[in-house]
Amino acid sequence: MNELDLKAMGITAINQKLYKLPKDTNERHWVIKNPMGQHSIACGLDAALQVDIKGHVGFYCGGMNKHAEITIHGHAGVGTAENMMSGVVWVKGNSSESAGATGNGGLLVIEGDASSRCGISMKGIDIVVGGNVGHMSAFMAQRGNLVVCGDAGEALGDSIYEARLYVRGKADNLGSDCIEKDMRSEHLEDLAKLLERAKLKHKPESFRRYGSARKLYNFNVDHADAY
Amino acid sequence: MCGIVGLYLKNPKLQPKLGEMFKPMIIEMTNRGPDSAGVAIYRNPVKKNQTKFSLAHDDASYNWKTVDTGIEKALKCDATIKQIGNHCILVTTAKEDAVVAWLKKHHPGVRVVGSGHTIEIFKETGLPENVYSKFDLSKAKGTHIIGHTRMATESAVTTAGSHPFATGADLCLVHNGSLSNHNRLRENLKREGMEFQTENDTEVAAAYMTWKLRNGSTLKGALEDGLKDLDGFYTFLVGTADGFAVVRDPIACKHAVMAETDDWVAMATEYRAIAHLPGADDAKIWEPEPTTIYTWGGNV
Repeated sequence: MNELDLKAMGITAINQKLYKLPKDTNERHWVIKNPMGQHSIACGLDAALQVDIKGHVGFYCGGMNKHAEITIHGHAGVGTAENMMSGVVWVKGNSSESAGATGNGGLLVIEGDASSRCGISMKGIDIVVGGNVGHMSAFMAQRGNLVVCGDAGEALGDSIYEARLYVRGKADNLGSDCIEKDMRSEHLEDLAKLLERAKLKHKPESFRRYGSARKLYNFNVDHADAY
Repeated sequence: MCGIVGLYLKNPKLQPKLGEMFKPMIIEMTNRGPDSAGVAIYRNPVKKNQTKFSLAHDDASYNWKTVDTGIEKALKCDATIKQIGNHCILVTTAKEDAVVAWLKKHHPGVRVVGSGHTIEIFKETGLPENVYSKFDLSKAKGTHIIGHTRMATESAVTTAGSHPFATGADLCLVHNGSLSNHNRLRENLKREGMEFQTENDTEVAAAYMTWKLRNGSTLKGALEDGLKDLDGFYTFLVGTADGFAVVRDPIACKHAVMAETDDWVAMATEYRAIAHLPGADDAKIWEPEPTTIYTWGGNV
């Protein structure tokens, strides 16, 4: 295990250090101390590292991540794991808005609540939230899975394309073109795998599935009222 | 941009350290607002029959000495002044309206930036660190404090356009965001008799709150009505005699984070401002929800 003190080194030095490690490095486990809510911690990683951040982080932590497994032992600020490509970002606390925004791949787990716009414009990322998500989550979501073990806030899945949304609690207010859909066996299997990866014990059958009615993303004069 | 910070002490033993605890919080928000900074600190409550005014003048060498004696003589009351930077704290037994009218006539360059029993408001252009030391706030004792670092987007960088804006006795407002209907609203409020010193959007929000409160609304009621009448993006932090309140617009894209321990409650635009507080690592941290009014300390 290698320890990096953010207070002593500064954010740029830490990110460069982790980024420049060879992909086949044997020094795989890194601990970042004193994050002090700073922004862009462990961004742009491109190797199969295990990074533990010991405390609360600011904006964009784990952004653009490839391959690395990043654990935030605290609260995560705005845009956590934004545009993640692969790997895992795991938040032990709550998360501020826009978690997993535009994520292309990988897994984002938030043990607590996520705030508004969780999974906005997601493009293939899998997001599992242990608690609630705020308003306008999965806004314009294109691909991937958003699993919410608690309730979803207003306008869930507004203008959604092809992502799959699973909500265990209430989702009373769906956004434009977002509808409830049947939970088929393949969905239950996918959901079971995601819950297992997030170490959650909920039964897949206790969730409901939401997705796109597909009325908005091709212009159709018959649907003009819905635009 | 702009940065908002607030600290409310639940543990009275920390009160002697209020200014010291708050200093790194407001300085951390410098790059969100390097144009100007301001704080409202709640300390040294005056007697029931007294009012405390925070006065400001653009000229740092302004002669305040004739203010207290002038008020005493003209309004037949007791008055004391204490100059702090280019601000002055006036404590008097005179009626508030009479003091404001007298100042307007005899000291037209003096602005009343706050009034009440405990509130003191200090604000100035420049970096937050410089503003903070100018008003000697590092050693300040008190119960709670709110602050603002400004990156001006809507109007000029002036002391008058700096936050906090007073909204009534012991009340003030700081704002991160921008209002889109402030020109129309300003005209409406002028017709209701409200006066304005700047073209600033936040001053309109403050005047709106003042007007609502004067007409008998509770603070909670004024904030709820504000959600309907103020159009734009905002996170508001409102300082009250006993604590503070936080409210965000329905879209809630102007950042805000709250943290609470057994000793304190803190609110900031970004968590890094709160990270400096003792016990922050173990605090309960969350993002306030839109259109929800959060309050600490006393009834709102």
